Amino acid sequence: MRIPVDSYRLPNGLLVTLSEDHSAPIVAVNLWYHVGSANEREGRTGFAHLFEHMLFQGSAHVGANEHFELVQRAGGTLNGSTWLDRTNYFETVPSNHLATALWLEADRMGALLPAMTQEKLDTQRDVVKNERRWSVDNQPYGTWWERLPALCFPPEHPFHHSLIGSMEHLSEASLEDIAEFFRTWYTPDNAVLTIAGDFDPAEARALVTQYFGPIPRGTARPALPSFEVAPSFGGARRAVFEDAVVLPRLFLAFRSPVFGSDGYYAASVCGAILGMRRGSRLYRALVREQEIAQEVSAFTYDLSKGSDLLVIDAMARPGVTLERLEAAVGAEVDRLHREGVTADEHTRALALIETDLISALQSAGERADKLSQFATYFGDAALLNDQIDHYRAVTVEQVTAFARAHLGAANRASLVYVPRAARADAAAGPAEVRA
Amino acid sequence: MSMDTRPTAGPGRPWEFPAVHHATLANGLRVSVAPMHRLPMVTVLALVDAGATRDEPGHEGVALLTASALTEGTARLDGASLTDQCERLGASIDTGADWDSCITHVAVTPDRLEPAMALLGEVLVSPGFRGRDVERLKEERLADLLQQRVEPRGLAAEQFREFLYVDGSRYRVSAGGSPTTVRGLTPDLVHAFHAAHVVPSRMRIVLAGDVTPERAVALVERTLGSWRGSDAASGAPPATVDDRTVAGGRRVRVVHKADAPQSELRIGHRGLPRRHPDFFDVVVMNALLGGLFSSRINLNLREAHAYTYGANSMFDWRCGAGPFVVSTAVKTEVTDAAVREILLEIDRMRHETVGVDELSLATAYLDGVFPIRYETTTAVAQAIATAATYGLPDDYYTTYREHVRGVTAASVRRAAEQHLHPEELLVLAVGDREAIRAPLEALGIGPLDVVVPDDESTEGG
Repeated sequence: MRIPVDSYRLPNGLLVTLSEDHSAPIVAVNLWYHVGSANEREGRTGFAHLFEHMLFQGSAHVGANEHFELVQRAGGTLNGSTWLDRTNYFETVPSNHLATALWLEADRMGALLPAMTQEKLDTQRDVVKNERRWSVDNQPYGTWWERLPALCFPPEHPFHHSLIGSMEHLSEASLEDIAEFFRTWYTPDNAVLTIAGDFDPAEARALVTQYFGPIPRGTARPALPSFEVAPSFGGARRAVFEDAVVLPRLFLAFRSPVFGSDGYYAASVCGAILGMRRGSRLYRALVREQEIAQEVSAFTYDLSKGSDLLVIDAMARPGVTLERLEAAVGAEVDRLHREGVTADEHTRALALIETDLISALQSAGERADKLSQFATYFGDAALLNDQIDHYRAVTVEQVTAFARAHLGAANRASLVYVPRAARADAAAGPAEVRA
Repeated sequence: MSMDTRPTAGPGRPWEFPAVHHATLANGLRVSVAPMHRLPMVTVLALVDAGATRDEPGHEGVALLTASALTEGTARLDGASLTDQCERLGASIDTGADWDSCITHVAVTPDRLEPAMALLGEVLVSPGFRGRDVERLKEERLADLLQQRVEPRGLAAEQFREFLYVDGSRYRVSAGGSPTTVRGLTPDLVHAFHAAHVVPSRMRIVLAGDVTPERAVALVERTLGSWRGSDAASGAPPATVDDRTVAGGRRVRVVHKADAPQSELRIGHRGLPRRHPDFFDVVVMNALLGGLFSSRINLNLREAHAYTYGANSMFDWRCGAGPFVVSTAVKTEVTDAAVREILLEIDRMRHETVGVDELSLATAYLDGVFPIRYETTTAVAQAIATAATYGLPDDYYTTYREHVRGVTAASVRRAAEQHLHPEELLVLAVGDREAIRAPLEALGIGPLDVVVPDDESTEGG
């Protein structure tokens, strides 16, 4: 099973990937810009995400609410998302509307600024502040999104600060910031474009040349602070927060090899053995046997620079203290660190990962997004086709070696939430931080 | 210069919903197969008409508990062994129950379909329902309910159900049951629910993906062909549900959450049963009102006023009349203004006929997006299951787009006039009563009361 991949570069640096599939008359258009919250300057946390909102506010030839409307009117689905190290924009449309999708994306890549106004910025700033209230401030445990990276990366590191941003910094964002961010990062040589699905390659190439070809490449992109960190925390870290919750919850993070590296695949299999689905070690031990956790899972952030994070997320059952939950998770991690994994666990994890990889390739939008991911991080979309082989090549010994090297006590960061004490005016800050 | 000319679309390529092959085994079990050979993946669903509306009064939650307990082991295998055997095939057996059905789901590569089907069959026919597992699932459900009380969306959903439906309506209690009813559930009740409803004549196995109808039917025959089930259960009449809502006109309820930075709003009334003749008119009308990003309510609340990150409206389609509800979360200070705008938009939908251009936004979207909805084997299998649950006609998916295109501005207006009821709207706000009670009262919508979830008392009104 191989996804067709045909990649080329426009003279302005835009890396284009075409992936044909004619089983349904639909086509996905997907852009990744190699810019995320890591690229924000001091005092502007949340800006990359606010900027993503502004990209739906029209461009030189597209009216204020037209971007969504034109895609939906075509029968398409669309959205965008911002991550620590990238921002993506995507739509899936009936294949006869490919030109409209490309035109819309090219217009905002080439000519966003003429459409930017103070009123639009003020509106989206308030929309984003409401997004922050909705997803972080008014949600139990909602702050974990910003507290875990803050705990795991040092203060000067590009991944340390909040992606959604602080209210203060959002308030300070200006139209000049928009212009500067756009000119610096939203250039064809800092982006990849993927078209996946039902299209004629010659026609698609002509449209890409016509719409994206005239966009000038960027000038100098400033160097970012170094992403390099030690492969291990070099000591246990722990931060405890009180929140308006009823159950204690533990996020236990390990620094692990970056996405796409040889070590990443072993880390990913190890994570699946620990916490993927109900047959995983942690679920079996904490939920099924000991009955002390309500839910438990493990995942990787899939960061491609500096260090990735492997994270265990465990929620206590009512009546179970944080200490007991932490001790039980710790015991399982210790055992894995000490004794490694078995062949049976390895088989189970690989089978699940493989099914998930194939399932994800069913939709044109997901295919396009994964092709863009590999194109952005490694300059080669075709690497997607090697993923199953990479996973299959991971041996039991390699997973055990990963656990040996990375799951030790010196590479653990614990972010824990406990129910707020009965007093409603308990301090909002951390009850305890040890680094 | 080329950007000045907007692209135009050529004719779209035709697309058909995958052909569905039907078969019935000698024991009454029905099989539906939709071959999709693009990728090596097969989705299998086992569908039974045993959803939450089958719960006996006082035992609300037993359908969902039974569904969850199915994956906790069989007579032969304990839960851990069953899970392990299944996951070594790269598959997870997942179960769930909604109001109208219980569905067991497995997705697997075709080379592992045979052993996966064998495990699925064992799960359906001879579940373990061990006491300890059932008790654990009960405790997990109770913990979920506990957490919902402090999560604004969960709290709003719970409170809106209780605000809307009459005492005694199954729809008043969540599909998974309330703390009181869940505490009363036992392994015996789970066994009894399974025996009463999970029988071949009331089950349909749906397979979508890389499999031929011949292989699919033969596999189901081999796995479930000799299964009998109880005769009494086979003769069970269709489920009925008391879907009456509280009468008495507009009312407002504040559910107190101290210091909430946002108010979670739920505004609505009784909706319509799924098999309603105006279904397509209502779907298009709702898309324009609040179903689409570019809908009136979202553009008003988000893009014009920046009150919220998003706002939407929906008809919750069930066998009985589920709710029609507008949902959003708005900054505390603009709670009253947001409510006023939502009420205005609902009124406007009834009093102004939509223009051709606006109408086509919804009809073109629903028409065009249709093939995008059914890219995956699981989406196709679920669509087939939905049609079976609601007794939709065999040509439902092949004529869907024609029906959407047949909706007119006049039929949208009629749907709004007949199925939006401003005089019956219930307005629920989960937020800080100190900040929002007086402004909401000042809107003069109707009598207002305040619920404080922790002490269950109601004041005002």
